[in-house]
Amino acid sequence: MQKNFNGKLVKEWVIERCIYLSGIASIIFVGLIFIFLAKEGFSLFKTVSVSDFLLGQKWYPISTPAQFGILPLIVGSLYVTLGATIIAVPIGIASAVYIAEVAPVKTREILKSGIEVLAAIPSVVLGFIGMMTLVPWVKNTFHLPTGLTAFSGALMLAFMAMPTIVSIAEDALNAVPKRYKEAALALGATRWQAIWRVIFPAASSGILAAVMLGIGRVIGETMAVMMITGNAARIPNSLFEPVRTLTATVAAEMGETVRGSDHYFALFAIGIVLFIITFFINLIADLAVHRKLK
Amino acid sequence: MVSPIKVQSKDLSVRYGSVEALKSISLDVYANEILSIIGPANSGKSTFLRCLNRFNDNQPNFSFKGLLTIDGQNIYADGNVEMLRKRVGMVFALPIVLPMTVFENVAYGLRRHGMKDKTQMESIVERSLKAAYLWDEVKDRLQEHAMKLSGGQQQRLCLARTLAVDPEIILYDEPCSGLDPISTAKIEEAMLRFKQNYTQILVTNNTKQAARVGDRTAFFLMGQLIEIGETKKLFTSPVDRRTDDYISGRFG
Repeated sequence: MQKNFNGKLVKEWVIERCIYLSGIASIIFVGLIFIFLAKEGFSLFKTVSVSDFLLGQKWYPISTPAQFGILPLIVGSLYVTLGATIIAVPIGIASAVYIAEVAPVKTREILKSGIEVLAAIPSVVLGFIGMMTLVPWVKNTFHLPTGLTAFSGALMLAFMAMPTIVSIAEDALNAVPKRYKEAALALGATRWQAIWRVIFPAASSGILAAVMLGIGRVIGETMAVMMITGNAARIPNSLFEPVRTLTATVAAEMGETVRGSDHYFALFAIGIVLFIITFFINLIADLAVHRKLK
Repeated sequence: MVSPIKVQSKDLSVRYGSVEALKSISLDVYANEILSIIGPANSGKSTFLRCLNRFNDNQPNFSFKGLLTIDGQNIYADGNVEMLRKRVGMVFALPIVLPMTVFENVAYGLRRHGMKDKTQMESIVERSLKAAYLWDEVKDRLQEHAMKLSGGQQQRLCLARTLAVDPEIILYDEPCSGLDPISTAKIEEAMLRFKQNYTQILVTNNTKQAARVGDRTAFFLMGQLIEIGETKKLFTSPVDRRTDDYISGRFG
């Protein structure tokens, strides 16, 4: 009897430990990644000042003397991300409203699985499709010397952000009790008035989180932008010029650098910049989600 | 005293797909009276109520036969559902305050019907809250979130919100089922006073409540109207045996 009891205790203890370890594993990994990034990235600032790095307008990593100004890359990322956000957010939210509130049950199911499929398409495939269809279209429509522009990248990334935005925003809208809508309708509000003035504000924190996570997805995306934005590391004058993003720079150049060189460290420093940007985006999304609980 | 007929139901039958929820209901509701509707669960009370503000329209497979009129006009003939719902307010079983401030809850309907004037809105909000016996408790809390009110206060807020859009008819769908006796008494008091201005239909599971506030009472069973009459008469000498069984608590 006693032995049996001890056995149970040991089993409980082991299970508890295992769950605990799995629980903190993700935090440990994030910590390790950050330490690694910081260790490699900060080495750059022994030779290049932080302001030269962040605000320098020239990215010539292999010239002599090498210049490591990432402003063009930041601007490139910004253009593509902002462009994608402007396109994806209104369409994504409208689509979430349609799916959650308006669409008949059957249409809703079809649309939801359609969006899941869209989310599952690998980015390289989207990039390839973009290269074959979108890039020539942009070139011909806007009479540009090349279709490999920030605009093409933004359009393509909008597609990639859409599933995130739609599904999270739709969840947020669905989480609003149906009774709110009934109460508004009973007062003589139209369906649209009920959605706009009652359901939408009630779901606003979830929708904001959806937007932020969509933006996070866009800013971290690499493959598709590398394929269709033209990869010119200079500050663009408009959306219709080639740009190069932070992510694409790391992906494209990492293979060619000498380990331990300034260029190598600079790419890690770019990683830190990206890490900080996504960290803040997630933080805002998180605050938005929890704002309601207060 | 003979009041004009406000609401008339003629051979009203309602189906949800293959389920027949109401079977040929014919009854009149007189202006300024309180009609209580009692009956066990699934007897069609709420369905009947929800026909009056066309709340069943969005139910899948909803279909109906017969005629429903308010002031002699067929309410299903006109497409303007919003206008109808302004005239026919509804208070639900659970207090559903909208996720906004106390003031905005009452002003919501006014804004939806196009009111812009701030002073006018404030005076209507105050009047509505007073009519719902809530003003004294919330006059300093108008800018607080409505969720912070107690359950009874929330239900009176819902009542005030309904009054604010100036309806002619108020429907109550078991309005006191989640409330304590004191809040219930306040709502009932308000209802009795509203008789001056409104026609009221009260669906309730509480036969005592029906006896307390109803001028007339209707008994529904399995989608049929079994009996309707003066409340006193229905409760003391019901014509139908089933009515007698229900109000004396032998079933339901």
